[in-house]
Amino acid sequence: MPLYLTDDQILLQETARDFIAEHAPVSHMRALRDANDATGFSRDLWKQFAELGLTGILIPEGDGGLGLGHVEAGLVLEEIGRNLSPSPFLTTAVAAVEALKGTAHAARWFPGILAGEAVVAVATDETSKFTGSVALKAERSGNGFRLSGAKQFAHHAHAADLILVTARTSGAATDTSGITLFAIDPKSAGLTLDPQRLADASIASRATFDNVSVNSDAVVGEVDAGFDPLSRLLRAARTGASAELLGVGGGAMAMTVNYLKERKQFGVTIGSFQALQHRAAHLYSEMEVARAAVLKAQQLLDAGQDAAEAVSVAKAMTGLATTLAVQEGIQMHGGIGMTDEYDIGFFMKRARVLAELFGDTNFHANALAEAAGY
Amino acid sequence: MTDPLTQFRLETRAWLEENCPPSMRTPTRGEKDAIWGGRNPVYAHPDQKVWMDRMGARGWTVPDWPRAYGGGGLSPAETKILREEMAALKCRNPLNSFGISMLGPALLKYGTQEQKLEHLPRIARGEIRWCQGYSEPNAGSDLAGLQTSAEDAGDHFVVNGQKVWTSYADQADWIFCLVRTDKSSKQGGISFLLFDMASEGVSTKPILLISGYSPFCETFFDNVKVPKANLLGELNKGWDVAKYLLGHEREMISGMGLGSAGADPLIEVARTGVDPILRAQIALFDVRSRAFAAMSERFIDELKAGRAHPAQPSMMKYYGTELNKARHELVMAAGGSDALEWESEASGGGAKPRAWLRTKANSIEGGTSEIQLNIIAKRILELPS
Repeated sequence: MPLYLTDDQILLQETARDFIAEHAPVSHMRALRDANDATGFSRDLWKQFAELGLTGILIPEGDGGLGLGHVEAGLVLEEIGRNLSPSPFLTTAVAAVEALKGTAHAARWFPGILAGEAVVAVATDETSKFTGSVALKAERSGNGFRLSGAKQFAHHAHAADLILVTARTSGAATDTSGITLFAIDPKSAGLTLDPQRLADASIASRATFDNVSVNSDAVVGEVDAGFDPLSRLLRAARTGASAELLGVGGGAMAMTVNYLKERKQFGVTIGSFQALQHRAAHLYSEMEVARAAVLKAQQLLDAGQDAAEAVSVAKAMTGLATTLAVQEGIQMHGGIGMTDEYDIGFFMKRARVLAELFGDTNFHANALAEAAGY
Repeated sequence: MTDPLTQFRLETRAWLEENCPPSMRTPTRGEKDAIWGGRNPVYAHPDQKVWMDRMGARGWTVPDWPRAYGGGGLSPAETKILREEMAALKCRNPLNSFGISMLGPALLKYGTQEQKLEHLPRIARGEIRWCQGYSEPNAGSDLAGLQTSAEDAGDHFVVNGQKVWTSYADQADWIFCLVRTDKSSKQGGISFLLFDMASEGVSTKPILLISGYSPFCETFFDNVKVPKANLLGELNKGWDVAKYLLGHEREMISGMGLGSAGADPLIEVARTGVDPILRAQIALFDVRSRAFAAMSERFIDELKAGRAHPAQPSMMKYYGTELNKARHELVMAAGGSDALEWESEASGGGAKPRAWLRTKANSIEGGTSEIQLNIIAKRILELPS
């Protein structure tokens, strides 16, 4: 399969681009932040996503979705990134859908996701840096389990209808076997959510589980074999976050290149200075390479091939390229780039959050090294 | 039922397994393992000739050229499959050739039917080795400032002047050469000539480089007669041909960033765990290297489909060469003092340090990194002059 978008994918890209730029531009995010909105995203907008069919991109046609792939989901996420649109799309329509697909939970949750009513959060992180280890305990109790422990960095959990939580049912914290994935009602007794506003104005919760009782039907897949659905979830979420990073970096680069063409100093546009031209051209190159890495990972996932390493390359590379894009963005804007009134700073904040999500560049570079045996 | 592409893949795999000698499926160790062909070929191993001839006879040294010109006549999808199957079997490149990577595309676009029939099949079979006469002592980055002249002498031109950094001029059979045919216009006074290096008045002098090798030459022209039929493209329109060809040259050089064999010594050292900081540097390098491999695949696919930005080869050249330099810096750091031995058997005759030094030219030859960044800034980002 050629490594570029098909005509159908380009059509979807145009639809998503027009829709998101019109309904959720950066000013939308700014307004939510300024209002200190407690949800952190617009439920009306989530409904509109659903009306366009976007929330069902990864849901199989048999379940009422569009039955499309990660390339298509990524096109939506890239536009979300470009516009810094607050949306539960990544956690709900990508991560959760991939984890629940083909399980008993699909029938319960896919209709709500398709309708733009249900929001799902993911709680995988237990430490400030993602390590993949799972220590939160789930002990058998009657017909179910009792969960005790803590999670953090769970976006949208405070506003979610369902939280997917990794827990340890056997073995040690770093073992891949013995993990069980649970689908949990956020209102469960003993579960305390502490929503925190992050640097980019998104809201992520710390979650404390104090003997939270769940039935055995809360298990996603099999007990002790949660690494499978978790791996599907993480591959999809990482690839999606990479696509969103492409949008953030691409948006920052476009703003910056436009500014270079407008801003005058010494009687000329600053974009005529070779020092800035070379930096902009270098940035363009990094972003292009990152874009190829993301499309490669998406295509491999969609073809059902082993994509683990390609996904790590995509997440690590978009982290590198977009970090450069937002840094050059502020520097080339000069003083105005430091003001809250101007949008470029928002791109830097969002990039930092996405770079950290589901493992940062170093985490994924290390994963590649381990896979290569060093 | 098997679809035609799957069928092609199976047949290609079977043919390669039968026809690619086992010795041609081992990693190359330096320049002597490269197959260049030509009138006076040098083979380090007889299998090199076998492999080149078999691939050449099938047109697979240039799989996507038309069959009429010695190519394989393969579609972009089939060409990609052939490349993938060759990579899977670790087949060596059957023919390194500036005729294939540089002149061929320009001949296909600008050549007359006679020129195509005369030159392309010989390139495809590795019978004629070409060199490139572009740079001059006073025309480097400012290539259009070149002064080598071609005077009109009725049925032929008379060429006088000097080229420099002519890769393998001393081993080449023919040269494609930029000459000045009009002094009143800079870009508009350049023409593109093809001529035999055995012509009277042509001489070459290898230049000793920091690697201890002499792949580049000074090339002198003293009243060299070139038939007018050897003009490629129109008179004084050679700059268009030159730029078109440079795009393909940059594509070729960018491929150096892909060298997979180069990664292996890195990984071997990283595995020893002696230097955790180097391990981290290698891992981060690996991220960019693998992302660039995807970029190369994307670029070729877009190019074949006519979707690539015309200036995208500049990005590929810039990124690929900088990456290759970074790779060899890591190879040297990983190699420690072993990698410094200049002539020993253990160091393969100094393969590592010499290759490391050779890569420093990657970001100079074919247009410096800075020239590529200028092109990206102006033609892709449309930043003002």
